[in-house]
Order: sequence, then structure tokens, then C-alpha cells
Amino acid sequence: MSAPGYTNRSSSASFGQNSPANGGAAPPFQNGETGRIMVRFCLSHPLASPAPPPSSSAQYSHQPFQQTPYAPPGSYYVQQSCQTSLPQTQPQTQTQPQPQPTLVPAPAAGPGAPLYPIVSYPSAHGCSQYGTLSSLQNPSTPGVTQIAAPLHHYNTAPPPCATGVQPGYAAGSAGQTAPTVNGQGGAGTSEVLAVSIEIQLNCGETSSSTTGSASPAPNSYDSLEGGSFPGGPPSHFTKNTQVRKNVTELICAFDPLPSLQPFPNLSQLSAALGGLSGVPELEVEALRPVNLLQERNLLPQRPQEAPEPNLSPDLKKVNCSPQTFRCTLTSIPQTQALLNKARLPLGLLLHPFRDLQQLPVITSNTIVRCRSCRTYINPFVTFLDQHRWKCNLCYRVNDVPDEFMYNPVSRSYGEPHMRPEVQNSTVEFIASSDYMLRPPQPAVYLFVLDVSHNAVEAGYLKVFCDSLLENLDKMPGDSRTRVGFLTFDSTVHFYNLQEGLSQPQMLVVSDIDDVFIPSHDSLMVNLKESRELVKDLLTSLPAMFSQSRETHSALGPALQAAFKLMSPTGGRVSVFQTQLPSLGAGKLQSREDPNQRSSTKGVQHLGPATDFYKKLALDCSGQQIGVDLFLLSSQYADLASLACVSKYSAGSIFYYPSFHHVHNPAQLQKLQKDLERYFTRKIGFEAVMRIRCTKGLSIHTFHGNFFVRSTDLLSLANVNPDSAFAVQVSIEDSLADSSLACFQAALLYTSSKGKRRIRVHTLCLPVVNQLSDVYAGADVQAITCLLANMG
Amino acid sequence: MAFTFAAFCYMLALLLTAALIFFAIWHIIAFDELKTDYKNPIDQCNTLNPLVLPEYLIHFFFCVMFFCAAEWLTLFLNLPLLAYHVWRYMSRPVMSCPGLYDPTTIMNADILAYCQKEGWCKLAFYLLSFFYYLYGCDKKKNLSVAMEILHCTLVDSSKNDRRVRHPQTTKT
Repeated sequence: MSAPGYTNRSSSASFGQNSPANGGAAPPFQNGETGRIMVRFCLSHPLASPAPPPSSSAQYSHQPFQQTPYAPPGSYYVQQSCQTSLPQTQPQTQTQPQPQPTLVPAPAAGPGAPLYPIVSYPSAHGCSQYGTLSSLQNPSTPGVTQIAAPLHHYNTAPPPCATGVQPGYAAGSAGQTAPTVNGQGGAGTSEVLAVSIEIQLNCGETSSSTTGSASPAPNSYDSLEGGSFPGGPPSHFTKNTQVRKNVTELICAFDPLPSLQPFPNLSQLSAALGGLSGVPELEVEALRPVNLLQERNLLPQRPQEAPEPNLSPDLKKVNCSPQTFRCTLTSIPQTQALLNKARLPLGLLLHPFRDLQQLPVITSNTIVRCRSCRTYINPFVTFLDQHRWKCNLCYRVNDVPDEFMYNPVSRSYGEPHMRPEVQNSTVEFIASSDYMLRPPQPAVYLFVLDVSHNAVEAGYLKVFCDSLLENLDKMPGDSRTRVGFLTFDSTVHFYNLQEGLSQPQMLVVSDIDDVFIPSHDSLMVNLKESRELVKDLLTSLPAMFSQSRETHSALGPALQAAFKLMSPTGGRVSVFQTQLPSLGAGKLQSREDPNQRSSTKGVQHLGPATDFYKKLALDCSGQQIGVDLFLLSSQYADLASLACVSKYSAGSIFYYPSFHHVHNPAQLQKLQKDLERYFTRKIGFEAVMRIRCTKGLSIHTFHGNFFVRSTDLLSLANVNPDSAFAVQVSIEDSLADSSLACFQAALLYTSSKGKRRIRVHTLCLPVVNQLSDVYAGADVQAITCLLANMG
Repeated sequence: MAFTFAAFCYMLALLLTAALIFFAIWHIIAFDELKTDYKNPIDQCNTLNPLVLPEYLIHFFFCVMFFCAAEWLTLFLNLPLLAYHVWRYMSRPVMSCPGLYDPTTIMNADILAYCQKEGWCKLAFYLLSFFYYLYGCDKKKNLSVAMEILHCTLVDSSKNDRRVRHPQTTKT
């Protein structure tokens, strides 16, 4: 917040410097890392916990692994604050608490980031506050911006809690009684924010195990025999105990003056809160106009926590992390009529393949599933006795198989409910051959590069080659990994990289109307065997085309050739395109009229012009080929049509408007970072995902990059840790006879090492029949995310 | 036998409506198969899409025929369906081949529900129009034909009778 009372540090200042008011040894802020892990937020002051949770303290110190490739550095302030917080939280929190509230300016996040003064209050103890907070994993779909960023929520501090700052677990216990959360908004001031945060701190243990990033190598899974997991999925306790204002009050009054006096209108607040009971249309106190040119920093300084469902503590403890699986309404309405009355969308946001710190991996002979609905056993089933269990989605009673009675973790018999599948809501099973249609495929990567004159001008090729050379060994895969390269301008060029050759051989196919593959063997080569040749090719590729004068781009034929090359195995195709495809099948016209760009009539040409790319994507999806698109064009390139090739084949789209390697260093940097993440992140091949819900609920629309193969089965050719999905749920029958609604997402995929695995996430939410409860449990960030996906 | 042109139209429409009923039933079964995951959307759309234009053209054809036969009431009853067909085809998703159904969106529950409802409504309409044409045939146009047929059969039977009786009379 740019508060008039505080100096806005200039962009050049304080990068990496520690503000002296910080309570002690703040470690120098590292510049190089992007630190986009949105965890452990700015409270680099004694407000944060002195006792970091055991499992996760070390993990946040250096996070070279980027999690948010889509956000340009420095553009979202939230990112910046992440950068500030990252190295500092844990070590710093061990310093002594200050006796009075002080304003602790946060270290600058980066050049150009103004400081955000933070008010800190003393606290005698606390657990690490944001252990669970905030890992608003931005690596959602590219269409979704960071969840926290555009919203403006403030938690109003509860008057009773404000008076006595209770260290300890008072808030935790109180949190069980109150309906949870999240009505955002309210007339908050910065003090209010700080106080509420402080209260949030003092609640029970937080184990932030699943936030943050995994190590770059894809072997951070714990195996089953490793035993119990400290904390397991993070437990999000309600920090605030009062009923918050409801979701309609997003435009809350935010007083930017972080003055030190207590809440200016505390009595008003308490009166308002007392009168509130979730009435939907309530006026906001203290609305005031905000001059956006003066106050640039309206967004909350720290990511907003996800609201917690109003469940019993033991269910809360094992419930799925909201970073993985989140519902827009944490209390499901009982009937469709109630949902309609609330006028809020009911949907799920799902980030199934996210990088996890801890993941129980279960290698069992039998995977216990319900006989009728095929749900995997999960923590929310009920065991009728030792030998029977009742499915929580279809209510069918099943038998417990004998092998399940033995618990390998504790080596005891007769306690099926202690097994890890029933103790964790996010588990991974090793799939047997019943789950395979064909032997697991190896990792196959094909790079399709535009080398027309435009591309040479833009200069991306050098960046790409350098990045790939650097990360060639870090690409996920094993000894069967294969790579191939294809370049195209007005013709398509293949590269023969067979082991015995002294240098890569280029084969040109100029018949673009009927592209054929010149030789079948060594265009896709084993990476291990032909590593030197691949490196030679990458080194010489930029120079090869530096004198190119071809202005046409035959993307369609190149994609057809790529499809033919990859059909036998499947894999990932990365397409780099710098202009409108102008030749061959799938050529596009420039249908944008530049004069209409700023017309008030509405944006036109948002749909595809041709279905060539969609059909190609469907064919690719059928052959388990995922196509990722990097669009680096400076002029109109009809992304609406080109994007279809990634959308339906479960690929990702990266867009760099006006990319140029010299004139646009910001985009260049973004490309470099994105490429680094892209090459090194985990990947799952030939994946399918199914989302199941309790009887009475059904999923009616899916949003995301995939192909819907049947009513609840999504076919994902590739799945990566940055892909996220949104679905909309409707209530078909009344849920009156069930008090809990559960959702289960199961992702069956082939890991890059050729192992077939199933990752299962289960979410449980209470069912309510009062409108006020529905509003109290509405998760504004999730709603916004769902709306962004729907649009 | 004198067939008027209008009668001929009605009889043709009768036959073609039988074909349209068949298409409507095919659609209903296809969407049901999609809903119960029996078939894959891509294959199903590839079978459904080629049927759409023929159905619309058949309906258009006998509307034109009724126009030529100056059967205004019948034409008037078919016009809303014709307009609906035109609107439906105009607002189809972008696709290069003729058809209405896009495999990427057809599995959305609202689109699937709409298509199913459309199938049932069309089936009802075509059935009603089938019986209408049948009745219309009888009532208006083919009465004369029916009378002629009846007369011929009666005449033949009476001729047979006379032949049968005649020898007896000649005997006595």
C-alpha cells in the first residue's frame, strides 16, 4: 500500500537489503531466484512463528524451482511479496518478539516494487503462520491469473479476539464452532488485517507439507514403507472465529493509512457484525471512493487463505489440500433451488498433478475400490465393522479384502482404517497391468521450430537452443527417452540424428500438400545414445538459418508431419511459432481489422476460423500426443485458431506478444524462465482423469485443456504440474439425507520413467440447508477462478 | 385413376416422413449412447453429422412440393420447422464438414440435454405430421381414387356374381 506516511522506496533501492526494523537477522534476499512460491509470506517480523513446522522449514529457503511461469516477473505485486518473504520467514521468526507494534517495512521484492509497510503485533508464540497459507499455486491454466491477485479481501477482526490476543490454541478451539469462513470484504483497515493475521497465527499446528515446490528431479515421493507423514495434508484451521461479511462486499473500504491507532470504527464494526447473519444484500459500512492513480497498492499484501469447510477436526485434518482441490462453496447447498437462490456458481477447481512435498505412494496388490461406482477407498468412507466399508459416493456396502486388513505402516492387523489410503486424501497408487491399454510409453519429445525470416528476426532460436542444451539432462525421462526435431518455413525439414553419424543430417520435404516422413528410423532418436549429435544440432541450429529469407510459414504441414512421427508412441510436441501460418493446410488469414481493436462493439474473432487445428488436436489426443504451443509473434497470429491445437490435446499455451530478443528484454527473460520450467517439470503421459461425486451431484461442464471422452472421463494426452482444471457441478437430487458431500478425482498416468500410476484426491464438504451457511462458506477466490475459466 | 398433384404430394410426404422419423429415432439412440458412455464422441459425431443435411433437405423438399400444390395449411404448419432448421444450421460451430455436432462440445451436459430434447420433439412432430398426411390423403384428395377403387372391386365382384348366376337362369 502506498501510504502517504511512508516513503515509497524507489525502484533502485533496497533490493536485497534488509530493513533495519526487521527484528533481526533477515537473510539477504536472493535476487536470482524467482521465489514464486507463494508461501511464507511477508511476515518477516516476529509475528511469524518462531517454531517452524518440522517438515517444511528447510524447503522454503531456496526454491529455484519456479512455480509460476506465466506471471511476468514483477508484474504482480503478490509475486513480489513472495519474493520478499521467501528466504526470511523461517529463520527470522526465531527472533525475539517486539514488545510493541512496529511498522516493519518489508524488503523490496525487486526493482520497481514499492515497499509494503507491515504492522506487526507482539505475539508470545505461534506456529508458523503461513505454513498452510497461500500457496495459491498460480500454475493454473494459463487463462487464470493468480487467484489472490485481483481480489481485495479483508478479514475483519473479531472484536472479542481483538481485545485479548491469545497466544495458543484459543482460536483453534473457537474455530470449530463458528461456521467457517471466508466471507471476504468488510471494512478493514490495515490494522485490522494485521490483527486478524496475528490471530490466525495462534492456532494450532500447521503443516505446510504440500505447499511449495518439489525438487526439480521427479523423485520426491515417499514410498509407503517410509511410515507416517508428519502432518500430512495441511490443516487449515479457521483463523477467525467471527462470521465474516459476505461475499458481496468485495469492494471494501481499505484505509491505506497504516496508522497506529486501533480500529477507527471498531464499534461500528462490531455492531455490523452483530447484525450480520449472512443476509445477502447488506450495505457495506464506510464505503469510500478510491483513487486508483494515487493508491496503486490495493491488493492484499499476503495471499488469502482458503476457507475451511465446517467439518469435525479429524475430518478436517485429512481433507484434501485446497491447493489441490477446491470447491467454490465450502458448504454445499442441499438442493438445486437453494443453490439457485444463492446465485453463486458451484464448481470445483482441480490441480491434480501439482508438485507435492509429500505423497504417500502405495504399492499394494489390490487397490480397494467400490464395486458399483469404482471409487477408490478414501478417508471419508465409513467402516461398518472390521470387514465391511460403505462407499461415501454411492453408499454401497463393500467388503474389505483380507490384504487390506494388514497395515504395513504400523505392522498391525485388523485395523483397516489406519491404512495410509484411509488416512490420506491425496495418495498415489502404483497401477497394475489392468490399468494399461498398452505397455507404458517412454518419454518422447519432439520440438517443432519455426525458422522463417520472421523467426530469425525475433531471435528465439538461440534462446531455445541454449536453454535446451542446459536442461537436456534434466528433462524427465529414463534411458528410453527419445527426442526429435523438426523445423519449418515454407518447407519442412527433418533431422537424422542416428548414432553413427558424424553430424546431424537435414532432410527437406518440400511437398507440403502431402507431407511424408523421409526415413522412418532415426528422426526420433534415443537421447542417451545420440546425445552428442543432439548437442551438435542444437549448437548449430541458430546459425543454420540466420540467412534465411523465407517469409512463409507452413505450420499445418509441419504439424501433420509431427503427428505422423509421433503416432506410434505418443508423447509431447512443442511448437514454436512466430507468425501467422501462411502456407499449406491450416493456413490462416489475418482477419483482424486493426482499426477495430479498440472498438466498443465488442471483441470479435474470439473463436477459431477453421477447425483444422481442432481436428488435428483430436487426432493427436487419440494417439496420446500432447501439443504445447509457444507463440512468439509480434503481429496478429490468430491465436484463437491456433490455440485449439493445444486446447483439445491437453497441451499448454505460452504467449509472448511482441517477442524480440533485443528490443523486448522482458519477454526474453520470461521465455528463458518459462523454458527452464518447461523442460524440467514433471510430466505424465497417456493420462485420463475421472471426477466422481456423491450421489445427487453431477458434473455438467468441464473447463480446461483436455478432451472429454465421456461424461466424466477426461482424456489428457499429457499432464504436467502446472495444469489445472475447473468443472461445474449441479445438484440433481436433494442431498437431504447426507450430511457430507465428497468429490474424488483420480488421475491415471504413465510417469516419465514408464510407471503407471494413479493419483487420487478426495475432498469432503458438509451439506447445509440454510442460505446463510452457504454464503458463509463461499470461497471468493475459487469463485473468481471458476468464472475466469468459464469465460 | 386420377391422382391429383396434391394427392401425389401427400403420398410422397408420407413416405419421406417415414424416413424423417427414422432419422429422429437414430438421433435419440445416438445421444443416449453418448450419455451412457457406450460410444466415443468423435465416432458418434462422425456418424451423426452426415445425416443432418439430408434431413433438412428432405423436409425442405416437401415444403416446396406443398407450395407448388398450393396446400397452404400444410405448408403453414411446416414453416416453423423449416425456420428452425435454418436457424440451427446457421448457428452451428465452425466446422469444415457439414454437420451440427462438434465432438469437443457435445459432451457438455447442457448441449447433450438440448440435443436429446430436440430429438424427442422432432420425433413427436414427425409422427404427428405422418398421421396428418395420412388423414389428409384420405380426406381430401384420394376420396375419388378410393371411390374408384371401391367401384372397380364391386363391379368385378358383381360381374363374377352374374356369371355365376347366369348359367342357372339359362338352364331354367
